[in-house]
Amino acid sequence: MSAARVGVVTFPGTLDDQDAARAVRLVGAEAVPLWHADRDLKGVDAVFLPGGFSYGDYLRCGAISRFAPLMDDLVPAARAGLPVIGTCNGFQILCEAHLLPGALTRNASLHYVCRDQRLKVEQTETAWTGAFERGQEIVLPIKHGEGRYVASEDTLAALEAGGHVVFRYVGNPNGSLNDIAGIRNEAGNVVGLMPHPEHAVEELVGAPSTDGLGIFASVLKNLVNA
Amino acid sequence: MARVIVDVMLKPEILDPQGQAIARALPRLGFSGVSAVRQGKRFEIELDGPADEAALAEVRKMAETLLANTVIEDYSVRVEG
Repeated sequence: MSAARVGVVTFPGTLDDQDAARAVRLVGAEAVPLWHADRDLKGVDAVFLPGGFSYGDYLRCGAISRFAPLMDDLVPAARAGLPVIGTCNGFQILCEAHLLPGALTRNASLHYVCRDQRLKVEQTETAWTGAFERGQEIVLPIKHGEGRYVASEDTLAALEAGGHVVFRYVGNPNGSLNDIAGIRNEAGNVVGLMPHPEHAVEELVGAPSTDGLGIFASVLKNLVNA
Repeated sequence: MARVIVDVMLKPEILDPQGQAIARALPRLGFSGVSAVRQGKRFEIELDGPADEAALAEVRKMAETLLANTVIEDYSVRVEG
């Protein structure tokens, strides 16, 4: 059978698309470049929204990317069940697009944080985390100035009650409510997280772990089984 | 021609670390008597025509759609005159 095809989106100001594409290839899938200005998902089986500073973070992080032509196709596809993950700026875009609840705001410290971060995997019932063990601790790099997850009390309660918190920080780096590092939507096909799995796939480049591979392996496993 | 002002502020329950940092800096600069600072954004929208009800409704839609993220921010619209 042909390899699963994972789209990697590039907006103006995206930084991590090449790393994401490389990670996709490392697990044996085909990385398909998607351009923000095209209304064309090229028939991909899943989509990765990488980090960076799309549209210069103007207005709010992700606020303008949300209206890119590609998003006109991506939002309904995600609502219909297409596996979509956003890391860092990608997570911010998913929140701005209302595919995930809540928002990412300035770190409580006001400092940009760049470090290796320990996380706990809270949910394996998603399209992107099935290869992990529930409760497993992993280490992924973080690098962001606006990663403090906030949501209304009702939304937070619903996230917790529904088991929609996917990753929690062990040692909160940014003041996120409930130590939330990543969440999923109701269906589990859309996941957003601030840490960077695409930067933790090869030890050769000094990554703190290869734990990031689990994200890519998870979606691939689902696609192959589908 | 009319100018409409849209003010966007973080909701009161959302932590504003930038406002807090400013509040902490003020006494160091010799300004006393400030108990809190909240930081927000101001947009000046220049309209081609008058700021009638229809135009203001459009501006409110702009605020709702793009200028503010209503998950974390409140906005207010007023005509500058």
